[in-house]
Amino acid sequence: MKIAEIADKLGLEVVNEGQWEREAKCCYASDMLSDVLANGGEGCLWITRQSHPNIVAVAAIRGMAGIIITGGKQINPDTIEKAGQEQVMIFSTPKQTCELAGKLYMLLSNEMERG
Amino acid sequence: MMPEKPRIEGCFAFNGGDFADAGQAAIELKARLAALGVPAQTVRRAAVSAFEAEMNVIIHARAGSMYYVIRGGELLITVTDTGPGIADVELAMQEGYSTAPKWARDVGWGSGMGLPNIKNNSDALKIDSIVGEGTTLLITIKLGAEGQNENC
Ligand SMILES: Nc1ncnc2c1ncn2[C@@H]1O[C@H](COP(=O)(O)OP(=O)(O)OP(=O)(O)O)[C@@H](O)[C@H]1O
Ligand SMILES: [Mg+2]
Repeated sequence: MKIAEIADKLGLEVVNEGQWEREAKCCYASDMLSDVLANGGEGCLWITRQSHPNIVAVAAIRGMAGIIITGGKQINPDTIEKAGQEQVMIFSTPKQTCELAGKLYMLLSNEMERG
Repeated sequence: MMPEKPRIEGCFAFNGGDFADAGQAAIELKARLAALGVPAQTVRRAAVSAFEAEMNVIIHARAGSMYYVIRGGELLITVTDTGPGIADVELAMQEGYSTAPKWARDVGWGSGMGLPNIKNNSDALKIDSIVGEGTTLLITIKLGAEGQNENC
C-alpha cells in the first residue's frame, strides 16, 4: 500500500515529507535501535517511541520506508532537520504503539489478502 | 584500453560529542557501494556493520576513527578507538550483554546486539582490545554475489 494511503487511513501527522508514492509492504515495531538494524525490513514502516536524531540514521541505513513516532511525543528539531537531509519520512501519532501497530498490521494484511 | 578502477576509500573521526550526527560515515559508505553496483543486500550489511561500530566508539569509547578501503574484492573496515578497551571479548560478543550508560539506553541503544550484528553482517570480524588503551575492529565484507568478487 502506498505511504500516502496509509497515512490518510491512520490519520498520521506529517513531520517530514518524503516519498509519498513509495509502497510499504511490512512494518516493524521496536524501541531498540540495534534490534531495528538487525530485523527491520527493507521498505517497512518502523513504529517507535524513540525520537532522537539517531532514528533517522537507523532508518536510512536499513532502507526503511518511514518512521511513525507514537505517543504524541514532542519531536526534537534536530531529528526533523536530519530527516530532511536524509529524505526519511517521519509521521507522528498520539496513539500508543500497540494500537497503531494493530491498525497498520490490519491494513497491510487486508491488502495482501486482496492480492 | 581498460579504464583505471577508482580507488574507494574513506576516513572519519568520531567522538562522543557527535552523538546526534552519528551514522554519516555509514550513510556515505552505503551510497558509494550502491553507486559501484554492489548488491543491495551486501551494501546493507556493510552499512549496518559500520554504523554499529561507530556507535560503540561514541557510546563506550568516546573517541576513535574509521577507515575503509576496497581491496581484492573485499571491503575492509577498520574502526579503532582510544577508549577503555574490552576486558572479556567473548562476553561482549554475547547477545544481550551491555554496559551502555543510561543516557544511551534512554535513546534506544544498549540492547547488547551491536557486536553480534556486526558478526552476522560480515564475512570476518577481528577484535583486538587492550584494557586501558583501546579497541580495534577489523571488519571484512566480501563484495559481489556470494563473495564472488565480481565488482572490484
Ligand atoms: N569500542 C568499545 N570500547 C569499549 N567497550 C566496548 C566497545 N564496543 C563494545 N564494547 C563493550 O561490549 C558490550 C557489547 O557491545 P554491543 O555493541 O554488542 O552492545 P551495546 O553497544 O551495549 O548495545 P547495542 O549495540 O545493542 O546498542 C558493550 O556494552 C561494551 O561493554
Ligand atoms: Mg553497540
